Amino acid sequence: MNSANPPDDASRQARGVAIRQGVSVGVATGLYGISFGALAVAAGLSVWQAQVLSLVMFTGGSQFALVGVIGAGGLGQAAVASAALLGARNALYAVQLGPVLGLRGWRRLLGAQVTIDESTAVAMAHSTQAARRTGFWWAGASVWVCWNAMTLAGALAGDAMGDPKAWGLDAAAAAAFLGLLWPRLAPREAQATAALAVVIALALTPFVTPGAPVLLAALAALAVGLAPARFFAAESEAA
Amino acid sequence: MTGLWVTVLAGTGACLGLKVLGTYVPRTWLEKAKVARLMGLVTVALLAALMAVQAAGDGQGLRLDARLAALAVAAIALWRRLPFIVVVILAAATAAGLRALGIG
Repeated sequence: MNSANPPDDASRQARGVAIRQGVSVGVATGLYGISFGALAVAAGLSVWQAQVLSLVMFTGGSQFALVGVIGAGGLGQAAVASAALLGARNALYAVQLGPVLGLRGWRRLLGAQVTIDESTAVAMAHSTQAARRTGFWWAGASVWVCWNAMTLAGALAGDAMGDPKAWGLDAAAAAAFLGLLWPRLAPREAQATAALAVVIALALTPFVTPGAPVLLAALAALAVGLAPARFFAAESEAA
Repeated sequence: MTGLWVTVLAGTGACLGLKVLGTYVPRTWLEKAKVARLMGLVTVALLAALMAVQAAGDGQGLRLDARLAALAVAAIALWRRLPFIVVVILAAATAAGLRALGIG
């Protein structure tokens, strides 16, 4: 209320920054909901099925994975398992955010629903509890609204497009996965994991049912994760 | 209910369930186990595998075609720090353009 209380001013300012970040992240992320909607329909989902994924599943990587496995002719079980494995990181975010948000009852469910990469990132970029909470809710809500509106637009457009290959939508799906992967590739051990996963997935493709190579490639994480960390540290020093 | 709906709803339930489950886990569990690091690597492995299969898979075979060129364009776009939606559109346009020319 008055400038005689600097901590309050700083706090209000930090919350303002958190709101602006939340909204801009929402708009940017929402935009590529168009590609999800179009790809989902191209993979054989109905507009409603695509929309249910965006409304309730609401976690981009898992949504792309589910329609990717279905589009490749994989079994439903493999599609569900891929989506769940990719969605497991949201559980870790929820653990991290638990003490920050301090939610009970129906708010706990609502908070869990919007616990995704973007809302966690905006929240954790701040240092005060108040700014973290503000950032979390604004980012979560903005992404949810934009992501769903754009999914619908993409699904309706995809429905009208006809042959998805003529539009390069299969290549767009591969690019979408690369785009989600890119920001995670900085550590040397992440690069090793990604390379190993590509080799495993492609090598197994001729021999197992579609969808299974992706799940088995998760073993790359185990192989790299259980190797001593200094192995990768030494490697990056040498590079 | 069709099989596709079962897949959509089961996947949705699993992903939402995991989010809710996380809110009940005390933070100390995360610090004790090296779960966080491993989970980060699982995410990387799955995204990389999905990318590879989407770019070179063809049912139970492998096929090198316009998708690979499109993926290379996407990688350059990401390296140039272009926004996600631009990356995806450039990749689609590359594949569509090559196919229109009768390549791949």
